[in-house]
Amino acid sequence: MRVIIRNPRRREVEVQGRRRVGDLLRELGLNPESHVVIRGEDLLTSDEWLQDTDTVEIVSAISGGRG
Amino acid sequence: MKCKQCGQKAAVELRRHNTALCAPHYLAFFERQVERAIARWRMFSPTDRILVAVSGGKDSLTLWEVLLRLGYRPTGLHIHLGIGPYSDLSLAKTEAFARERDLPLLVVRLEETYGLGVPQLAQALRRVPCSGCGLSKRYIINRVAVEQGFTVVATGHNLDDEAATLLGNLLHWQMDALARQNPVLEATHPRLVKRVKPLFLMTEKETVSYALLRRIDYIPDECPYAEGARSLLYKDALNTIEAESPGAKHHLVAGFLERLHPLLSEGASPALQECERCGYPTTSAVCAFCRMWDQALQRIPVTPAHR
Repeated sequence: MRVIIRNPRRREVEVQGRRRVGDLLRELGLNPESHVVIRGEDLLTSDEWLQDTDTVEIVSAISGGRG
Repeated sequence: MKCKQCGQKAAVELRRHNTALCAPHYLAFFERQVERAIARWRMFSPTDRILVAVSGGKDSLTLWEVLLRLGYRPTGLHIHLGIGPYSDLSLAKTEAFARERDLPLLVVRLEETYGLGVPQLAQALRRVPCSGCGLSKRYIINRVAVEQGFTVVATGHNLDDEAATLLGNLLHWQMDALARQNPVLEATHPRLVKRVKPLFLMTEKETVSYALLRRIDYIPDECPYAEGARSLLYKDALNTIEAESPGAKHHLVAGFLERLHPLLSEGASPALQECERCGYPTTSAVCAFCRMWDQALQRIPVTPAHR
């Protein structure tokens, strides 16, 4: 599947094989408490299954400076 | 995962509340939580004139949207910081949001009004950009609120911001900063407007989920100067704990406000006088904002419009 990560810089990775959202985040080393996974227009919960043909986007929730 | 309220497919899992909700129920939940925080902490009422500080990011635009949906009609204030394309895009997102909802928006351009943008200010001061930026934003927001007759300023600080600030203040035992850390800072001077943080109990992930579900077009980019910021390290550490112990960030902030803050607040209000230069409240003869800009403009002379 195609995975677009905005963390916040955009990068893309290709992941092989069906897996759950929570497992995908773990494999990519991304904390589920600070990332949202989107497929199309849907926000996905950690138990959702992702297929090889899916394109998903992972958005980082975290922002902040020193001000 | 199913929505705990209607059994439809859930869009957002809320581990700290041991629940999951579909998009419509999540949006209603989020707005209700913010409404409760406003009431519980007596932030403002419908008779107040509210100024929302809006950067164009997810937190401030979400705050503006929620307040609008709760029946308030706040005015937005955007400060163009002069940080290249990042600032231009931030302003464009803010203006588009306001235009689509027919909301009043005030814009202050740092470079036009005071003479320098954040990068030049940092260069002149030989300091990291964030310190001059933060001080300038706090000063300008208050000054605009006073000059335009607003009774309260609302900012989009969320639970992650508050928990990270608290952790930083605890690690360095910043007692003055700990005493000032509160979702409501009352006006203690006629030229100081009350400041409130209606999103302070909503996590950053909950806020971004709300923004995405409401299709709010926010600037997704991080400020180019935020990279490596200490606050990001603290947020990361807190989210590592949160992943193992849901609700940890809430317990940290709520527990601090309930148990420790009342002990720190006694005698915490410093005596305020008016700055000799600008007339705004300060604890010294000349306020930190005027001192900083004087120093910067001595090194890079320009003719600002406002000073």
